[in-house]
Amino acid sequence: MPGTDSEATAAREASLPTRAKLAVTAGRVAAALSQKAGRGSGSVIGGKVALKLDPDLLATLAEHLDVVLVSATNGKTTTTRLIAEALRAAGPVVSNALGANMPAGITAALAGGSDAKFGVIEVDEKYLAGVARDTRPKAIALLNLSRDQLDRAAETRMMAEKWREGLKDTDAVIIANADDPLVTWAASSCRKVVWVAAGQAWKEDAWSCPSCGGVMQRPGDDWFCQDCGFRRPQPHWALQGTHVIDPQRGAWPIQLQLPGRANLANATSSAAVAAVFGVAPQVALQRMQSVTAVAGRYDVVSYQGRDVRLLLAKNPAGWLETFSLIDGPPAPVILSVNAMDADGTDTSWLWDVDYERLSGHPIFVMGQRKLDLAVRLEVAGLQFQVVDSLDQAVQMAPPGRIEAIANYTAFQQLRKAVAN
Amino acid sequence: MSYPSGHPQQYNPQQPAPQQYNPQQAAPQQYNPQQAAPQQYNPQPAPQQYSQQQPAPQQYEPQQPAPQQQHGRSSRMSDSNLRLVWVYPDLLSTYGDRGNALVVERRARQRGLGVQRIDVRSDQAVPTSGDIYLIGGGEDRPQRLAAERLRNDSGLVRAAENGAIIFAVCAGYQILGREFINDLGEREAGLGLLDVWTTRGEGARCVGDVLAEVDPRLGLPQLTGFENHQGVTHLGQGVSPFANVQVGRGNGTGDGTEGAWRDTVFGTYLHGPVMARNPAVADMLIKLALDVNALPPADTTWYDALRAERIAATRQPA
Repeated sequence: MPGTDSEATAAREASLPTRAKLAVTAGRVAAALSQKAGRGSGSVIGGKVALKLDPDLLATLAEHLDVVLVSATNGKTTTTRLIAEALRAAGPVVSNALGANMPAGITAALAGGSDAKFGVIEVDEKYLAGVARDTRPKAIALLNLSRDQLDRAAETRMMAEKWREGLKDTDAVIIANADDPLVTWAASSCRKVVWVAAGQAWKEDAWSCPSCGGVMQRPGDDWFCQDCGFRRPQPHWALQGTHVIDPQRGAWPIQLQLPGRANLANATSSAAVAAVFGVAPQVALQRMQSVTAVAGRYDVVSYQGRDVRLLLAKNPAGWLETFSLIDGPPAPVILSVNAMDADGTDTSWLWDVDYERLSGHPIFVMGQRKLDLAVRLEVAGLQFQVVDSLDQAVQMAPPGRIEAIANYTAFQQLRKAVAN
Repeated sequence: MSYPSGHPQQYNPQQPAPQQYNPQQAAPQQYNPQQAAPQQYNPQPAPQQYSQQQPAPQQYEPQQPAPQQQHGRSSRMSDSNLRLVWVYPDLLSTYGDRGNALVVERRARQRGLGVQRIDVRSDQAVPTSGDIYLIGGGEDRPQRLAAERLRNDSGLVRAAENGAIIFAVCAGYQILGREFINDLGEREAGLGLLDVWTTRGEGARCVGDVLAEVDPRLGLPQLTGFENHQGVTHLGQGVSPFANVQVGRGNGTGDGTEGAWRDTVFGTYLHGPVMARNPAVADMLIKLALDVNALPPADTTWYDALRAERIAATRQPA
């Protein structure tokens, strides 16, 4: 387990029950061994060992923290970073900043030790209810839900139902995206909800009312079900252009180093979360400015003398948001798609993405499933080149900053390629 | 800026007390029946978002669109446009099966055909005058809602009686049958357009790449696709298996059958989408609509490359 050896950590660990102490130590040993064996940071294996020895460890570690949980289909890693930065205004923060978002990874992050006041935790959608039970959070941010890796994940509406069931008795303040009917459905059984009009470009998973199954009416930004009356709640916070509107109607400019509408939305939700902990929006937003690349996402790297911006898009909703932030034509675009277990092994979702939007860009396709992409682009009536490597794509690309968009493992491979 | 710029600690977020959502309270006065009226089905304009897919100059498409007089128009086709109906994308478009509509449209246009794409939402009437109807896969509850609405609407059944071509995938395939098990665990009536019925599989969900040989009477090459279903579909006397699997589970009955068909109605479990992996299936539907035996050639370079890769990968999983 990564950690500092500060006195505060030692003091904190000394105060843990014996079983938890043993578990933390064993986890650290396992992590160190794993790290030595060259298998990454070892934080997940360390967390697994520790949780095995003390199943209550996550609850024990969270006891002294003001915990915020962040979950969503898209944007949870970035939003976790933004909230962590914002809350540092009010005290030290511990966070699973690198995206290890299942119970083992979360346990490892919290056991990493610090004298933290706040725990800002990204949680995989499937584990949210359990982690919420264990960590007794003060706040939970729910950003969006959409189709993602359907060959191995639960159905999208079932996920909303799971959240709704799992969170209905929570004491946490729920910060929920009022523009996402599925998130609204999940949150609307909770006692305390702060609604945020954070927007949602992707609408294809919520044409059917999550409550009664009626056909959803979606005029403009509004949405409602004609059959049962389930409808968009009145938001307390809103994203308006590039400003956060707070509950007192104060408008605060968002100045992020991160691109795109989706990150403006993430910042808006983060400001609403920060407010729950007494951090004012102007303070929160100012601190968010310091966040640049998050786990390599949005990073502009220099590769073979060219500027390449690395963009992660894992599912149709993510691709849609990504298309809206890239440089316009004739900026060259590289697309890379894999279908490993972590990506989902079914590539059918490519056909839910409007690649037609790339019209006018020189396009280069690569990755394990470049031929699926080639057929998709051919049917979209686009011109493109199929290449074998990033090297080749960059050499063939006409001048200009290159936008490289990739799904999960393809993105990791791009990062590796540019690092060499 | 009206916001107090004081110390962060003084900021009190609780001022507008977080409210529980309450549909009764939730501003019914904003409800506007004019806006809310379900849109009438309008056969004239094709959905706007697809108009940009008109064939642009193609780097990879050497063929020119064939002159239209090369093939006769059948009486089946209502006018000079191929009317391609996509049934209930709001409920049944979860697994990328939208691609089937895109591929049929593309391959028809490459043959110089006009295509009128009609997307029918589940609060709209299903037109009876379409040439080709496509139905996709969906999740369990939307599947039940789709079956209810299609039974009530009856447009698709009447179209089938008129000899329309219907091609359905996964949940849509089950709906075409006599019955299936719905999300509530109950038997749900289908449309009875195919003599099949679907039960819930007791074993593991069927997930993975599929390779199958199509019924030789259809004259199609090897079928490749991806299946993801719990249902097990049993075939009655009135249908033939669409294909027989070499790899994968297909109908899940253990006898190797995949999908079902009779006349111009087809059902399959294959996603991928199936037309992207098997453009010959799209061509078959177009030929049936035109009532011709052959179409002018259209480039299949990238489809062929993808097929070769997927067939090899499915034969020898990593």
